[in-house]
Amino acid sequence: MYRIRLFAIRHSRTFEVAYQLLERTMVALDPLFSRIGYSRVEKPVALVERGFKSLLFDCKMCGQCVLSSTGMSCPMNCPKELRNGPCGGVRPGGFCEVKPEMKCVWSLAWDGASRMKHGDKIGVVLPPVERNLQGSSSWLRVSREKAAALREARSARKAALAKSFPEARKIEPAAVPLAPERDEKEPGS
Amino acid sequence: MSLSKDLKNFPAYAPPPEGHVSHSRLERVLRAGKFAVTSELNPPDSADPADVFEAARPLAEIADAINATDASGANCHMSSIGISALLTRAGYSTVYQISCRDRNRIAIQGDVLGAAAMGVSNVLCLTGDGVGAGDQPGAKPVFDFDSVSLLRTIRTMRDEGVFLSGRKITRPPHLFLGAAENPCIPPYEWRPERLAKKVEAGAEFIQTNYIYDLPLFERFMARVRDLGLDKKVFILAGVGPLASARAARWMRSNVPGIHVPDALIDRLEKAPDQGAEGKRICVEIIQQIREIAGVSGVHVMAYRREHLVSEIIAESGVLAGRSPRRTRS
Repeated sequence: MYRIRLFAIRHSRTFEVAYQLLERTMVALDPLFSRIGYSRVEKPVALVERGFKSLLFDCKMCGQCVLSSTGMSCPMNCPKELRNGPCGGVRPGGFCEVKPEMKCVWSLAWDGASRMKHGDKIGVVLPPVERNLQGSSSWLRVSREKAAALREARSARKAALAKSFPEARKIEPAAVPLAPERDEKEPGS
Repeated sequence: MSLSKDLKNFPAYAPPPEGHVSHSRLERVLRAGKFAVTSELNPPDSADPADVFEAARPLAEIADAINATDASGANCHMSSIGISALLTRAGYSTVYQISCRDRNRIAIQGDVLGAAAMGVSNVLCLTGDGVGAGDQPGAKPVFDFDSVSLLRTIRTMRDEGVFLSGRKITRPPHLFLGAAENPCIPPYEWRPERLAKKVEAGAEFIQTNYIYDLPLFERFMARVRDLGLDKKVFILAGVGPLASARAARWMRSNVPGIHVPDALIDRLEKAPDQGAEGKRICVEIIQQIREIAGVSGVHVMAYRREHLVSEIIAESGVLAGRSPRRTRS
């Protein structure tokens, strides 16, 4: 709904925080999802995602959600589906060229981004939408990729440590721990 | 017929001059720090090449490059790639305009190679007006790319020598990359940021939409200079003669993205000869734009008034005795 969408953009900072929490939860759930199988959870998660995001952001389920880089204004609501900023046809008062009764999605995006902590992400050049991902859950994709990256970083560090002290690891494995506790959180934290 | 005979009318595919990305005359003029002039050609509704040369003739005297529009306003005309190829083969310098409205990534990347093979060396990446603005509103809008992702894609093709899929291009295209900007419409405060994004994506020159509101444009340019963008991209300001107050009002309400201040329309209305006044206004605007720091040239769009372009540029004095004649590329 248009009015709820405008509300979400007005409260972009709140939604930014909510999204960070959601992402952390999803990443934490990775072992569970992996056990059940990502292909099996895809449909129910996509259904929930569609429900929430259609209500709040008029989500079109492009499958490559970029809401947190676009001020919580979904770029797929732009009739030209622009992913990198407004076109040159915006009407006086900031209304859409194609749908004059609607505010320009990208005018709103920049306003929303200016209220967010990481609003400067709006300046990053985004690739075209991969149309074959339409309808899939981007929540799952993001958390799955993030969890995989974390695992990779962890095993790389483990390997580096073990490689640097091979003898120690052989005689005293506890001295060359494979999984330091702090690695359970995000890399660099 | 042998291969060498086939290739006899094509210039050698040589690397661009030192410090340049293309063989473009426009790039040469801009990098030399000269005030550049480009102009837009009215594309014919015809399959006759003579109509293209006829349309190019009044512009060739004064333009460092001639833009071939890609179904602007979503109205169907001869294609930009066809016009660019014809004119380039005849020794004119052209800007091949690509709109994202009508073709997907497969078609566009192929056309970019085709255009470069024909000798085209300037490309202008545009989003494109919505199909509803044109003569065939029932058409399917494509918008697979947007202007920014298109810029980045062509830059990747040129500099990395690969398609977006990662597949290798054996001879990458040498192209001078351009984009559009519209400083006089909302969201005003974010327009310079959007320009920064286009530069980040690969834009090397910018042609703006019509500038009729100078204070608004000066504010935009001040912010552009603050961001240091004038040092990274050549900005050509869009100008054009208004035919009459009525035409100005019509443009304002029917062509997307055109802002004409009321004061200007009043001035036209009060003039005894509105056409002559429109031309005078255009000359004045060019002269004022010339003085704004960070502007590298003007882009003259004189739809159905192409015969005036030469006089307008002469009266404005911006070429300072320079005469852009026909040259290769």
